[in-house]
Amino acid sequence: MALTLFYITSAVAIFATVMMITRLNAVHGLLYLILSLLAVGVLFFLLGAHFAAVLEVIIYAGAIMVLFVFVIMMLNQGQKTLTQERVWLQPGVWIGPSLLSAILLVEMWIIVGYGNGAETGSVVNAKQVGIALYGPYLLVVELASMLLLAGLVGAYHFGRPKQKAAKTGRSS
Amino acid sequence: MSGIPMVQGLLLSVVLFVLGLVGVLVRRNLIMILMSLEVMLNATGLAFIVAGSRWGEADGQIMFLLILTLAAAEVGVGLGLALQIFRRWHTLDADVLTGMKG
Repeated sequence: MALTLFYITSAVAIFATVMMITRLNAVHGLLYLILSLLAVGVLFFLLGAHFAAVLEVIIYAGAIMVLFVFVIMMLNQGQKTLTQERVWLQPGVWIGPSLLSAILLVEMWIIVGYGNGAETGSVVNAKQVGIALYGPYLLVVELASMLLLAGLVGAYHFGRPKQKAAKTGRSS
Repeated sequence: MSGIPMVQGLLLSVVLFVLGLVGVLVRRNLIMILMSLEVMLNATGLAFIVAGSRWGEADGQIMFLLILTLAAAEVGVGLGLALQIFRRWHTLDADVLTGMKG
């Protein structure tokens, strides 16, 4: 039964990824990308990595995808935004991802309803991860924080609105 | 360890990785390239989680955490670069950006 759930979720993930790389519109692709990430999150749950599944949904499908939405919305300013929004809200656009995510929801319901019976693999809970993270991997945590700081500084440097940079860039 | 065989999990991760790679190579929109990169990183994380689940160790999830951190930093810098490119050239086509001033 867990194997059936695994196959269904894998099919959803692969289908969503294929749809993502074949969409012409970036927002439609983003919708399918979120669906693919959610499917992989369900897979993590099936594999017994509950902490990673939660992080996948919160950070990948939540925080990182919000960044993409912000940038796509920032780049689409103009007169045609209104008609674009009207096109985006047509049922044909969101009905596919909604149905597939409904499949994922039913799967999660089955998994939670069956309790431990539906899980496979060896469960590694958040306590074990935390103990290992702040024990032998302490230096790696510090390195990750340095990487995030560098990313923050870089994103601020690239993303700040500067009039001078736009002017010099226009002439090139 | 019962249920999901390790080989099938790794196969799924390979398929997702190749799909992301195809997306990076085929698409020319910078946003779509970044999204395909996300798919590739996610597939790598899936491989680590499968291995960690196979041997019941926490190391797989820790590697996934590191990949998550890397993806967050990469997306922040990459989207900042995409914004800057759009401001300068008013396009997101990667083929326009082939020339360097040097």
